Amino acid sequence: MSAPNKSYDPVEVEALKPEEIERMRDEAVAAIAAAPDLKTLREVKAAHVGDRSPLALANRELSALPPHARADAGKRVGQARGAVNKALAARQEELEAERDARVLVEEAVDVTLPYDRIPLGARHPLTTLADRITDVFVAMGYEVAEGPEVEAEWYNFDALNIAKDHPARTMQDTFFVDSGRGDGTRLGDGLGPDASGDVVLRTHTSPVQIRSMLDREPPVYVICPGRVYRTDELDATHTPVFHQIELLAVDEGLTMADLKGTLDHMVLSLFGEGLKTRLRPNYFPFTEPSAEMDMECYVCHGASVGDPDNPCRTCSSEGWIELGGCGMVNPRVLAACGIDADRYSGFAFGFGIERLLMFRHNVEDMRDMVEGDVRFTRPFGMEI
Amino acid sequence: MRVPLSWLREYVDLPATETGRDVQAKLVAAGLEVERVEQLGAGLKGPLVVGNVLAIEELTGFKKPIRYCQVDVSTANGTGEPQNIVCGATNFRVGDKVVVILPGGVLPGNFEISARKTYGRLSEGMICSARELGMGTDHDGIVVLPPEHEVGTDAIELLELVDEVLDIAVTPDRGYCLSMRGVARETAIAYGLPLRDPALLDVPEPNPHGYEVKISDPVGCDRFTARTVTDLDLEAHSPIWLQRRLQKAGMRPISLAVDITNYVMLELGQPLHAYDKNRLDGPLGVRRAQPGEKLTTLDGVQRILDSEDLVITDNSGPIGLAGVMGGAHTEIADAVRDEETRELHGTTEVVIEAAHFDPVAVARTGRRHKLISEASKRFERGVDPQAASAAAQRTVDLLVLLAGGTAEAGVTEIVSPSAPRTIAMAADHPDKVAGMEYGRQAVVRHLQQIGCDVYGSDELTVTVPSWRPDLAEPNDLAEEVIRLEGYETLPSTLPKIPPGRGLTETQRLLRRIGRALAGAGYVEAPTYPFLGEAVFDQLGIETGDPRRRTVTLLNPLSDEEPALRTTLLPGLLGALRRNEGRGSRDLALFETGLVFLPSGEEPAPPRPGVDRRPLDEEIAALDAALPHQPRHVAVVLAGAREQAGWWGQGRPASWADAVQAARTVACEAGVELTVSSGQYAPWHPGRCAALHVVVDGEQTLIGHAGELHPRVVKALGLPERTAAMELDLELLERARTGALVAPRVSTFPVATQDVALVVDASVPANEVESALREGAGELLESLRLFDIFTGEQIGEGRKSLAYALRFRAADRTLTAEETSAARTAAVAAASLRTGAVLRGA
Repeated sequence: MSAPNKSYDPVEVEALKPEEIERMRDEAVAAIAAAPDLKTLREVKAAHVGDRSPLALANRELSALPPHARADAGKRVGQARGAVNKALAARQEELEAERDARVLVEEAVDVTLPYDRIPLGARHPLTTLADRITDVFVAMGYEVAEGPEVEAEWYNFDALNIAKDHPARTMQDTFFVDSGRGDGTRLGDGLGPDASGDVVLRTHTSPVQIRSMLDREPPVYVICPGRVYRTDELDATHTPVFHQIELLAVDEGLTMADLKGTLDHMVLSLFGEGLKTRLRPNYFPFTEPSAEMDMECYVCHGASVGDPDNPCRTCSSEGWIELGGCGMVNPRVLAACGIDADRYSGFAFGFGIERLLMFRHNVEDMRDMVEGDVRFTRPFGMEI
Repeated sequence: MRVPLSWLREYVDLPATETGRDVQAKLVAAGLEVERVEQLGAGLKGPLVVGNVLAIEELTGFKKPIRYCQVDVSTANGTGEPQNIVCGATNFRVGDKVVVILPGGVLPGNFEISARKTYGRLSEGMICSARELGMGTDHDGIVVLPPEHEVGTDAIELLELVDEVLDIAVTPDRGYCLSMRGVARETAIAYGLPLRDPALLDVPEPNPHGYEVKISDPVGCDRFTARTVTDLDLEAHSPIWLQRRLQKAGMRPISLAVDITNYVMLELGQPLHAYDKNRLDGPLGVRRAQPGEKLTTLDGVQRILDSEDLVITDNSGPIGLAGVMGGAHTEIADAVRDEETRELHGTTEVVIEAAHFDPVAVARTGRRHKLISEASKRFERGVDPQAASAAAQRTVDLLVLLAGGTAEAGVTEIVSPSAPRTIAMAADHPDKVAGMEYGRQAVVRHLQQIGCDVYGSDELTVTVPSWRPDLAEPNDLAEEVIRLEGYETLPSTLPKIPPGRGLTETQRLLRRIGRALAGAGYVEAPTYPFLGEAVFDQLGIETGDPRRRTVTLLNPLSDEEPALRTTLLPGLLGALRRNEGRGSRDLALFETGLVFLPSGEEPAPPRPGVDRRPLDEEIAALDAALPHQPRHVAVVLAGAREQAGWWGQGRPASWADAVQAARTVACEAGVELTVSSGQYAPWHPGRCAALHVVVDGEQTLIGHAGELHPRVVKALGLPERTAAMELDLELLERARTGALVAPRVSTFPVATQDVALVVDASVPANEVESALREGAGELLESLRLFDIFTGEQIGEGRKSLAYALRFRAADRTLTAEETSAARTAAVAAASLRTGAVLRGA
């Protein structure tokens, strides 16, 4: 390097000649353009842009020039370096884009690979269906009431107007709890002493009606899902342990029309618009009047009736699906709960969740719902 | 109740075009559960005629007896020549009248008849059995007709083979529909047609000359009619129409006198009994039995009587269970021919009983002796007491008509006086129940239709008919009005419901737990709660363990499993095993459900009256009679928790997953769970976690989790290393505190410090951790155990626990000195409490 030129010395510096600078610039740009990859480009960069590159060295010579020549030369060197840097950046970008394209292709995977590392679990459809029905009524303002599964006879029968000798008691095959007091001969035959009752596995969710009315002041609007028990052997259509959902409304001025409207709303919520419902007179001790509730078959809409060529499995070509029992709360039941039947009236209905699940989801065998086979339950997921 | 349409038409002039299905629809709408309409003789096609067997040739050399017969069918075959028929039955003789189907005819079931060669002969038709004709399934023999029927008569008409039968499931409130009379009444109302009431008969006035009857229990028996018929013709048999009606109604023809009493019962709903007068010893009586008295009933069973049983007696003692079943001794005897004298012997004089018994007494006797009869079914549901004398008269008439009997003039009738039952009801009550306006006129009309007498304008006084004991209150009458107007006319409205509070915290928590466990890979499996002693042995639960104190059923489905669960594990492990047996290997199941924990000291529940609200102490006593029934949650898992796959290795399910499931549940409840080592059946003693939460300020055990004991795994046939968790959700719920206080999020930088602590192998990690936390103080943001190391460098019986500590302050960047001081304090606390030594120190 030349020493700083303190005094005027018109010696020309070889490296700063315009032709020389042009040559250095062209060589650098050519080398950059010729670099085939990023690694070479890094070497080219060191050679032509680095501290020891010709242009860098030329730049240092500037101070050796006399002031009047320095500006011109400086400008030339600066422009040359600018051009080289620009070419470098452009080539850098070009090569990086090429590399990225190549690497991303190399990194591609088969996104269709399965990933069942921890398979998802599921809630049981009986649970989620009960929740879903419950939610329909909770949205209307009902509250969820619960009760014990081992229940006093008084709640399960007496208070529901099913007197000890009532034929209805024999309709329900009841599991009786052994009192352990050695008087275990009373299998619901109504033959035991009247003073004390038995303990039973509840045969329906209706005792929760009684508990709700004893717990609350009217108006009472409750929905009671739960497990119930009857002495049926397990087969394709029966299970000794099953689920019911019970609804009870007690208020001033409730009517059968309200019962019908509530049923209509439930069917609408669970099966969609446009399905007819019907009530058929029936008998239950705890309601008067009583009815059986049916809904129009949501699959065939009645088209299968009398058409043997197009049978409907869902409704057995009846056109109607039986949902369950309902009616106006028998005033005697209100009386047993201390509710003034002259002032208040009520309606109630109840039905089996298993049955609903069977026809809503085409379950053909009751056993599938009670055996806990994961192959049955898993597809139902979290909600139904 | 099976109702033949042809019989029903006798009482109601239904339009000829009306089919069984039409009637079914009408009756269903009126509240009778017509379950199905049976088509008798569907597809049946003649020629089907009465034939006379002229000759029988027994063919031999076949595996069973085969007969080649010549049967006179008159001109039904077009020629008048005898018809040659091969027959495989042997219950007929030459000269018998039989039913013959000729070639071209079709039997029910689309069984076409043609002339064909069989057993080496040409058979031109068939001699028919009752089953083949669709007359009943109780025997396979050939139908042999009474001799009076003419050869060549069309048998389809003669035997009324084509008919429709409505099968009605009669609800307990409609006992009157267990009769043709009752169903006819409902049919007449449904069609708006008049009813020909078969109970409207001329009945002679009672007089003192009838068979003597003494009623000493007028509550049990408030009405007793006795009639006597003598000179019964022993040769007489039930005519075809009578037999056919009984068959169609589902009863078996037996003998003329019995068939007549059954027929009248079906017609009028009044059960009747016929006694052989010559076997009666003195007057008939009605009383309660003496305890220990014996009676052999018609079914041949000797019964020891209870003092509550209502019995019919004569001087010899009980001769029948009132309203349930007669005794064997006074039964009318079938006509039997004496082999030597060729004379017929049998009952020629009968006493007919038409009585009304207390439904409760009959029901109890029926249940006590496990004896349900056609009679008891009717008495239990209420028989029309006013129909008794008509039924007796009808029986007498038929015995005279069909059995050639002579009716004695004596008519015994004992009646306890009773007033007709009336109900006061506001005329607009049905409107209020229904939610629509019918108006007084419609209300009165419908009540009259069902047989009520109605007086009054705004306030009605309604006298209910004797056959409707179920009508007792205004709502009962409202139902009659509403059903006759038609339930289908009810409008659809919604009540104005006061706003509800949504699900309770407990209900929401239960759903959250279900979702969280399902999200963690568990599949819900609700299982039956029944179990037996054996499973406690298999689970290694020792004698005296409170879980062995169970609620036991008197009438379990299986004697092997008479008890209710005190733990969810037996059911859930059963489901696991079932899944495994069906080829599923990697299993994670959960259940939430009640367990039943009796104290063994529960008193019997009271039975408060139902005409009022029970007293608070009665409610308390009812609840005290029930076992504690908390809700538990349990999980079981086996096989791989994480599957192996293209991503790498799998991971077997282990004790740690079971404990984690408990943490997941506790986390949903927002409750801090303390895990410590425990020993509890059925878990592996070295791999069992005891789960505690703070309830009312005290650490409370709520469950266990871990790997099952290898012996349990073996005893129950479970996959190796099966793990399980069970905890009490009721206790967990009680450990919940108020709403979560939101954490303050500091934005200052974090300072991390790792420490490796060497402790004795027996020191639980959570003790080291809690010591570190305590020592580190407020600046500690989080702490995580990231490695455990054992080996020679550490020393035998020692382990090294490596923790990552993160420090952060809410208000400043921590200095290196502060962080280091906190770390040192943490290590010091761990050292003090657990003997931990910094690794490498």
